[in-house]
Parts: sequence; C-alpha cells; structure tokens
Amino acid sequence: MRMEYDRIVNTTTWSAGPGCHGGCGAKLYVKDGRVVKVEGDENHPWNFGRGCSRLLAMTQYMYHPERILWPLKRVGPRGDGNFARISWDEAYDLIEENFNKIKENYGAKAVIFIQGTGRDIGGPMSLVAYNYGSPNWSQLGLGGQACYGPRLGAMSCIQGDTSVADCSQFFEKRFDDPRYRLPNYIVVWGQDPTRGCPDGFYGNWIIDCMKRGSKLIVVDPRQNFLTSRAEHHLQLRPGTDGALALGMLGAIIENGWYNKEFVEKWCLGFEELAERAREYPLDRVASITWVPKEQILAAAKAYALASPGSAIQWGLPIDQAPDGVIVAQAINDLWAITGNIDVPGGNVIARNAYHVSAYPFDNYQLADMYGDDFVEQVVQKRIGSDEYGWLRKWRCYIQPDVAVRQMLTQNPYPIKATWIQTANPVANAADMRLHYEALRAMDFNVVIDLFHNPTTMSVADVILPAATFAERTGFRAWFQPVQIISPAVNVGECRNDWEIAMDMAQRFNPELKKRYPNGIKDYMDWRLEPTGMTYADLQARGGWKWGDEEGSAWVPYKRYERGVLRADGKPGFRTPSGKVELKSSQNAEWGATGVTRVDPLPYYQEPFESEMSTPDLFKKYPLIMVTGRRSAVFFHSEHRNIPWLRECDPHPDVEIHPSVARDLKLENGEWVWIENERGRIRRKVKINAGIHPKTVSVLHGWWLPETEGRAPNLFSAWDVNCNVLVPTGAQSRTGYGGNAYKTTLVRLVKMHDGSPAAPPVSVWGRG
Amino acid sequence: MGKKGILVDMHYCTGCHACEIACKQENGFGVGNWGIRINEIITEKPNSDRVHFDYLPYFTLQCNLCAERIASGEDTKPSCVKHCGTACMQYGEIEDLAKEMAAKPRAILYSPL
Ligand code: SF4
Ligand code: SF4
Repeated sequence: MRMEYDRIVNTTTWSAGPGCHGGCGAKLYVKDGRVVKVEGDENHPWNFGRGCSRLLAMTQYMYHPERILWPLKRVGPRGDGNFARISWDEAYDLIEENFNKIKENYGAKAVIFIQGTGRDIGGPMSLVAYNYGSPNWSQLGLGGQACYGPRLGAMSCIQGDTSVADCSQFFEKRFDDPRYRLPNYIVVWGQDPTRGCPDGFYGNWIIDCMKRGSKLIVVDPRQNFLTSRAEHHLQLRPGTDGALALGMLGAIIENGWYNKEFVEKWCLGFEELAERAREYPLDRVASITWVPKEQILAAAKAYALASPGSAIQWGLPIDQAPDGVIVAQAINDLWAITGNIDVPGGNVIARNAYHVSAYPFDNYQLADMYGDDFVEQVVQKRIGSDEYGWLRKWRCYIQPDVAVRQMLTQNPYPIKATWIQTANPVANAADMRLHYEALRAMDFNVVIDLFHNPTTMSVADVILPAATFAERTGFRAWFQPVQIISPAVNVGECRNDWEIAMDMAQRFNPELKKRYPNGIKDYMDWRLEPTGMTYADLQARGGWKWGDEEGSAWVPYKRYERGVLRADGKPGFRTPSGKVELKSSQNAEWGATGVTRVDPLPYYQEPFESEMSTPDLFKKYPLIMVTGRRSAVFFHSEHRNIPWLRECDPHPDVEIHPSVARDLKLENGEWVWIENERGRIRRKVKINAGIHPKTVSVLHGWWLPETEGRAPNLFSAWDVNCNVLVPTGAQSRTGYGGNAYKTTLVRLVKMHDGSPAAPPVSVWGRG
Repeated sequence: MGKKGILVDMHYCTGCHACEIACKQENGFGVGNWGIRINEIITEKPNSDRVHFDYLPYFTLQCNLCAERIASGEDTKPSCVKHCGTACMQYGEIEDLAKEMAAKPRAILYSPL
C-alpha cells in the first residue's frame, strides 16, 4: 500500500514504544503531525534496516485509544479507578507540596524513586531523587537486584571493565572492518537472543554471526531454535550455572586447555582458582546440573581449543542464579583463562564511545556531579548498605528486598511515598502481593506511565503521561555508538521522561536552573561534551557516531597492552593489581564494608528452593517453574494491549513437556492451576517437547488489559501473573543477584468442573 | 521481466513475527488478516533427546509481493523481506532465486499468481 507522508524523521529507539534497551535506527513517516508508518533505517549499522514486531507496531501503540494523554489525579478511594484530568502545573504543584510535606516530617529519605529495567529513564530519574535529597534510587521489586548489575559488578571486580560477545558492534563498518574476526564459537549461556535484545545487545547479531560461520554452544534448561542449531547443548537444571562453570573451569585447567601465556602474564590467583575448581569434579557437577559428564567435557574442550577467538554471550539467569555475582565471576574466569578478553571474536571490552554516558551510574561519576560529601551521605543512608557492603561500592541502587520490608515495617526509618517512573511494579515485582501491600501503605505515590495498568489502578495518586521515543528528544550512549533521539510528533500532552525528571528536579532544587537554564537541552550537551559535539551537531551529521580514534580506550583490541584502561596510564586492567583477578580482592573488600562476608573465589550454591535444599517442599511441589522466558512481541509487562502484537501471542500460557501433560492428563490449550504455598494462578497449557520434564516455563509480566481494571481484579494480574508465586528475600551474599525467578517450586493442578471459565481474551477483537 | 517470488531460508527463520507485523502495517490489515503467517514446527527426533524447532513463514492469498511498494519505487524490497530479523528472505526473479535455492540445504520458494 502506498503510504502518503510529508516527511521522514530518522531517530534511535530506546524505551517507551518497543520498550527495549534500544539502539536501532528507525524511520518515522509523518503525515499532518501524525506518525503513519515506522520502518527500520537501512543505513544504520546497528540493525541494517531491520525492525522488530514491536517497532513496526508503533502506530498502534502511540495512537491507542486507551493511552493516557494528560496528567491525572485520583478522585475517590485507591483502586476505584476514578481519575480527574489536571494540568501539568497542577500535577507538579501537587507532587511538590506532598513531597515537601514528607521531607519536613520525615526527611527526604522517606521517598523511594523507582525505575524499571535498563531504560532511558534510570539516570534522569536520579536527578529528581538526588535534587529532592533522597538517597533511595531503586529498581523496587527486582528481587536480588538481579538484572545485569551482578554481572557488571563481577566483571568490574575481576577484570575492571565490562566485556560483551564481539559481534563487530564496536566498528561502524561492522563485519567488513579488517580488524574484526568472527567468533569461532559463541557460547549462548542462559539467553534466547532470538526473542529480544538484552543488555544493549541486538539479539539477531548472533544469527548474523551464525550465518557467517560461528558455531554455537548453548547452555539452557530449554530446547529452542538456537539449541536445535547448536553443536553442543547443555540442558542444565535451572539455577546450577555456577556448578557447571566450575566444572568447565576444572576440565579446562586439568587438561591444560587454557591459555598459559595469558594466564601467566595477566592473571592473578590462578593456582587458587585451580584448587577451588578441583572441588568440582565432573561427576559431582553432572549430578548437580543434570548434564552428562561427557557433554560438559566436550563443550569445554570445543570452546577452549577454539580460543582465543570464541565468545560467551550470557543472560539474566546468571544474575538470578543463587549468589549471581559469584556465578558471573566463574563464567568471567572461563573467558579469562582461555585468553578471550578483548581479542577479535572474543569477549571484547565494552567501553562507551568517548566515555559518554546518558547519566552517572557509579559513585565516581556521581561525585563529579554532586560532590564527594553528597555521595558519601547517599552511600551511608542508601537502604541495604548496612547489610551489604556491595551496596556502598557498586552502582547507586538500594537493595530491593530490604526496601520492600522497610516500606512495611517503617524500620529503621519511615518510608512514606514513591515516585514510580515507567516501571509497573505491581505486575512485575517478585512477590507481587508484598509489593502491592507496601505501595498501598504509602501516603502518596506518583506514577509516570503511558497506559493504565495494575500499578496505576491500585496505588497511583497522581499520574503523569510519558512520551514514546517517537515523541521525544534524548540520546543513547551505551557502548557504541553515541546516538541521538529526535522527536517526530506530539501526542496529547504526553511529556518526555527526561523533561519530567528535569522539571521536578528544578522545582526541588532551584540552583539546578542555573546549571541547566535550558533544561534537558543543556543537560544533554553537557553529557555529550567529550564527543566534541552537541546534540545539534550529532543530529546534523545523521544522528550517530562510532568513536574510532586510534589508540583510544574505546577502540578494541588488547587494550590492556596499550595502557589505556587504567587511570595511571600503565598497561594492565583497571583492577587493584592491574591483573585479571581470578581470586577477587575487590569483591571480598567491597563485601567486607558491610556485615556480610564475600568469598573471593567462585563456589556453587544450591537454589533457595530445590530437591536438595528443601526436600519436603519439593515433595509437595515437584516442578521447577522457570519464569522470564521472553516473547518476541512483548517487553516485560507491556504490549498485551496492542492488537497486532497480542494476536501473535494471545494467551498467558505455561509450557510443559509432553510427559508432564500425560501424567496430569492435560491437553494442549486447556487452562490449569499453577500453585505453591504463596498462591495460585491460571495458565493455558502449551505442550512443548523442548521443555525439560522436571520444569515448566512461563512468561512473566502478564495481566489482561481487556478485563476489569478496578480493584480487586486489577486487570486479572492476581489471576495470571507468575510473580504471585515467586518469593523475595532470596538475595545473594553481596545483595546483588539471586532470588528464585528461575527456581520456584510449584505443582500443576488440573481444573475440574466448577473451576472458573477461561479468562476472556478479547482486547484485540475485530477492530 | 520474469515472475517474482520470495525465497525463504528455513534454517534461519526464528519465528520473531517481524514479517507478520511489517505486512500488517504495509497493508493496513487488522486482526485476523495476514499476508504472511509463521508456523512453529517442533520435531522430536527418534533415538535422541534433541528436539528440533523450525519456524516456517507462509504466504496467504493476501500477499501480492508488495506490488505498490515496489512499483512506486519506494523500496526495492517487500516490507517483510526488508524487516526480516534474520534476513532469511530474499526477493527477486524466481529463476534467480531457484539457483540460490540449490545452494541452500532447506528453503522454500513462493510466488503468487
Ligand atoms: S511481500 Fe508484502 S504483502 Fe507479501 S507477505 Fe510480505 S509484506 Fe505482506
Ligand atoms: S521476520 Fe524473518 S526470522 Fe522473523 S519470523 Fe519472519 S521470516 Fe522468520
């Protein structure tokens, strides 16, 4: 069909809209101030013109009849769903007044600021928190803070820098750059990159490499597209990744398959690691992980002997394994002793171009912005920092499992209000009911979002409507390149998340007006300064720039030899010793600043609930529920209301092995109860031979926007969302990592006559 | 000009649904109407624990190979082909595609009319 349009706006995706971590080049076709079509940008080296289902459905998302178009305030009791339209000024006044009252009575730390995943709002939200004066910036509901933070922290301790699988993303010419070499093997560990783009990594880069010749080793409890095409598949028991990594380390060391030259020159603690790994002989590892010994050995051999030049691409289940940081450490050690750090086709060091970031995330960068004294205060008061030394040293978040309990007990200090920005914790938090009750206990909740959802309905007192990426100014600096986000249109009175954050920050701290008189425009140009370009300059040159200055810290490879990684300019890694610390002094030291002790060497810890750790519970609930499988058409709790997308994945299902279906007399498509001691939910059975017979697999984030939104139903969130069953309080010893998202024990119960009918699923109707 | 078609390399289709939505957007199709649809085929291999997953994009009566998009010069590729997440689809003359097909272990060639 020929689409009429007046202009095309080239921009970058990030957050609201497709919802993801972004990076794709997109073309927005505009007609009379309305986006009429969205396509991928064929000139953009990130995605080469491709667009995912969620990008291509943008017009349905932006112009959805139920989109919130102006600020609202609650009228009537919470849960009744009655909101009245107010102006932006009224909304800001209301928030300012309430937050200031709380500050007077309880201090600024009585407000928690809540973001969701790695989206563009994270950092700018901290502007509001810190300028208001609260140290409590959080991802509330994320049990164990288990999302990339543990992996990033582990890498920071061990090798001083983040690494990612090298799919040529650090070069503008991509696969054609002569410096680049394809990974011999890619180990895809606990991730399905065909279903989304995690941690700033475009998922289909894995396919791009496969097509060019990379072979696969896949570590996943589930069989799928990638395992079908992998040379090796290790179908492990959920949560046992740490044992598997230690087994592989032991096999590689014992057989001399490691890179002796790299280990001698650049690693510290190899003997201690070898000794620790000897505690994990393959027989023991096989019995812990369910993976036959021969398969572990064969995969370890294939990977090690094809190194240097093989990559590990890992996923969220590493963070969510018991003691996630430690599991990440073991896997980091694997790519270190095989000499794969910062070599072509290996695990390349991932510095941001020009060291630009959209916002400060760690204490050093924050000190730059707010001064040392302020940072010291924040660190001392941050929820969880007494218990967990890591909370003082690593990142700026509070410990979410501790925080939710503090909201309910009001101990050691009161928490009275929240600021929830594009997060939806009521439908996304582990132990939803606990979070629901904690948020209900607050005096005042501000929610910034695009649609009504279980969170707006149940706890919002003021709602501010956020813009999609297509309606906003911004920039993205996550590894490479530095890219800008250009607005194409306005929708209703919706506002840019960054602008909302800056507006409120300036209300709480008028001094900020002096620093950024033109608001986010000044903020962005300040952050972009190291590139030597302003927002307008970047826009004029097409919207993105790969940093490729010869000899700079952001250009691969082997930077540890060049002396560009460390502040002192000496060769080596950015660790205390300058070496890759297989035995991590920093990990232990960070831990030692709190009350918990942290082992400097990796070890295996059994899941919170399992056949081994809770045998009695296991007898009652013999199936391991693995949550968090991704759908290609949804991002976390979003997109269930987008007709084109919902039609592709219409039902909240539970995937089970045919033998489980036989045992329980379940048919494809019938509704079944999933239960444990915390409650029960309903799901539709999907029989899938790729699921391990001792596990069941469910998508998280489900609610049914087509059903009643008012309490108590809350869009059926209690009915279908797996977080009803997932506990909190299972965080690891660093406070970072753990929780039972992948290892919650459940049973399935067939519905009998008298069971409620299937929930209606009709939002996509015939419209 | 010879007859046009689309060649799909079945080894690489992941079932990401991008082609389906690309087509709906291009053609303004509502719910229930498709130009292309993905089928998931799970095969339990005999004497093996390994299960095989295939995703097969198939074209419906509604697909006219994006005739207007191509004729207007807006693009040289149909929308589904441009947006395919794995670039597993190719558009062209069926004779050329048939030659390509010979070099691929598993592929399907579609041509309407
Ligand atoms: S060629 Fe065009 S009409 Fe046919 S399936 Fe692809 S997008 Fe739809
Ligand atoms: S876009 Fe390509 S990979 Fe995705 S489902 Fe369609 S044909 Fe398959």
